[in-house]
Amino acid sequence: MNLQSQKSPSGKFNGLTLFDKIWDAHVVSSIENGPTILYIDRHFCHEVTSPQAFDGLRVRGLKVLRPEKTTMTADHNTPTIDQDKPVTDPISRNQLDTFSKNAAEFNMPLFYPLGHPNNGVVHIIGPENGFTQPGTTIVCGDSHTSTHGAFGAIAFGIGTSEVEMVLATQTVLQTRPKTMRITFNGNLNSSVTAKDLALYMISKLTTGGATGYFVEYAGEAIRNMSMEERMTVCNLSIEMGARGGMIAPDETTFAYVQGREFAPKGKDLERKLSYWKTLQSDENAVFDKEYSFDAADIQPMITYGTNPGMGMGINDYIPEIEKIDEAGRISFLKSLEYMGFKPGEQLLNKQVDYVFLGSCTNGRIEDFRLFANYVKGKKKAEHVVAWLVPGSWKVENQIREEGLLEILTDAGFKLRQPGCSACLAMNDDKVPAGKYAVSTSNRNFEGRQGPGARTILAGPLVAAAAAVAGCIFDPRG
Amino acid sequence: MEKFKKLTSSIVPLPIENVDTDQIIPARFLKAVNKEGFGDNLFADWRYNKDGSPKIDFVLNNSQFIGSILVAGKNFGSGSSREHAAWAIAGYGFKVIVSSFFADIFRNNALNNGVLPVMVSPEFLSEIFYDLQSNSAMTLTIDLENQTITNNVNRKSEKFEINPYKKECLIKGLDDIDYLLSKKDLIESYEKSID
Ligand code: SF4
Repeated sequence: MNLQSQKSPSGKFNGLTLFDKIWDAHVVSSIENGPTILYIDRHFCHEVTSPQAFDGLRVRGLKVLRPEKTTMTADHNTPTIDQDKPVTDPISRNQLDTFSKNAAEFNMPLFYPLGHPNNGVVHIIGPENGFTQPGTTIVCGDSHTSTHGAFGAIAFGIGTSEVEMVLATQTVLQTRPKTMRITFNGNLNSSVTAKDLALYMISKLTTGGATGYFVEYAGEAIRNMSMEERMTVCNLSIEMGARGGMIAPDETTFAYVQGREFAPKGKDLERKLSYWKTLQSDENAVFDKEYSFDAADIQPMITYGTNPGMGMGINDYIPEIEKIDEAGRISFLKSLEYMGFKPGEQLLNKQVDYVFLGSCTNGRIEDFRLFANYVKGKKKAEHVVAWLVPGSWKVENQIREEGLLEILTDAGFKLRQPGCSACLAMNDDKVPAGKYAVSTSNRNFEGRQGPGARTILAGPLVAAAAAVAGCIFDPRG
Repeated sequence: MEKFKKLTSSIVPLPIENVDTDQIIPARFLKAVNKEGFGDNLFADWRYNKDGSPKIDFVLNNSQFIGSILVAGKNFGSGSSREHAAWAIAGYGFKVIVSSFFADIFRNNALNNGVLPVMVSPEFLSEIFYDLQSNSAMTLTIDLENQTITNNVNRKSEKFEINPYKKECLIKGLDDIDYLLSKKDLIESYEKSID
């Protein structure tokens, strides 16, 4: 009998998907007609969604069950200048102090406060320190936890009650999601980035198009991506409603993981590698839904509205109202009114006031390379305020070591200190009301970058072009 | 957690699609270290002017509409995983949210805080908004035991889905952590099996 056609614990007779393999290996038990108790290998924790969870433990008189499986970093609510000085906003300071006190009280060994060399945006420091590994389950009280799926892991965002569950029991209760595969055939055109691919996909599937699903990305365009690019794609899975996104690990993945501080070493690494090599969807695996796209159709993208699904090619026109479903027209017009745009309009040459390079979507070294490469020998437009925020101190160091800082400085840019920054604007990095920001982050919701701020999402190249031209500008010239 | 069985209430309508968590509770209110007080900032940017005075055209400031059921357009709760959104909804006093579609994480967060998300058909939803135009005091009845929602104006009912486990938790007022803690031996034997 063919092993692969046997009924698996997931109840399927076909081959198994990558998702099935990892999920099944982490089931502690299942409640009849209910959710599964899923074991969590790595928990990431930050200052904003954890205080109430630690509070919950105190109220119930509980300890953290496996402190070494939680990595803590301060990132969401932190300043991006003068990090060595006390945080001025008293409420933010209290939240950071609470975070430190909780780490001490519960004896958490992996605690990276402001200024620590391993500090940075949670989804950036996980992979770069080797915490993120293939075949594992990963959670964090932050929806962009999907980033870690780039390594062939099941990684998803959770709420604070679930953070408490993980701290107390190293498990969460989860209902098994459905599976979806999205295949990108062929290769991306030059000057088209992973961010453009993701914005394109979300514009096709809409922000609710993958709700209830876990997505696996496949195809030549994905295979040829670096780990940084894969992380950008998986990061944005949540913006089309997916629980998470993942990519089967391969030599690119193994090469990235090896040698990092917390990655397996020696014999342990050999054992793990032979397991990691089994982590692909079987050929006869059946997904609940499949889509495929031609990578060559993708242009540099921008968004024109107030959700990430409202995206278009940089030379395209905002849809006319007749093209929108009747039920969606009120929201569509409300969104354009907020942005100060009109149906049918083209956005090329529109003035841009702010440019933000950073976040867990595009705050990695490759993003800074792309940006620096474009602005090299050019000058920042005078009226543009540019916030260049590395995702971590390690990224910051690399920017210096590779000589990118010099290029950026010559072009009139400054580097800020690591953190989430203007991605959610909890700190002082807020875009003023009515101003336009081309932003490499992940959400263009009303007020996301500050009350009244108008966000145009884009990749690092479009952001670089906007910073130099001072307007929406096609990076292909 | 409070027990939930059956509820009849007038409603607060929010006929907007894709209401995301940044609208439900803007990020600048996430600095608190406990769960209290978020209800006051529910929908803050739609609800208050810059000076803190209420915006009179927003539904939460309209005394015609009160009740513990929020009825919203499709894809409610998309965006971030912040449970603060659920705390704000619960803190304001909503017990039920009705929509034709919910974002995943939000749905879970709501259930973990005793707020029941009820997913109805697009027709059922538009009929509520329609009936409301002539009768702002209209009520809905949510019967969790039988998993039905009834529009008390046109008398139509619909079944809604809820995971049986979550249903039992709500009816008994238990939460997930109580349950997981009772399974500690299973978790420890799983850990031994993977070592
Ligand atoms: S950079 Fe933005 S999306 Fe990423 S973790 Fe920080 S706030 Fe969340």
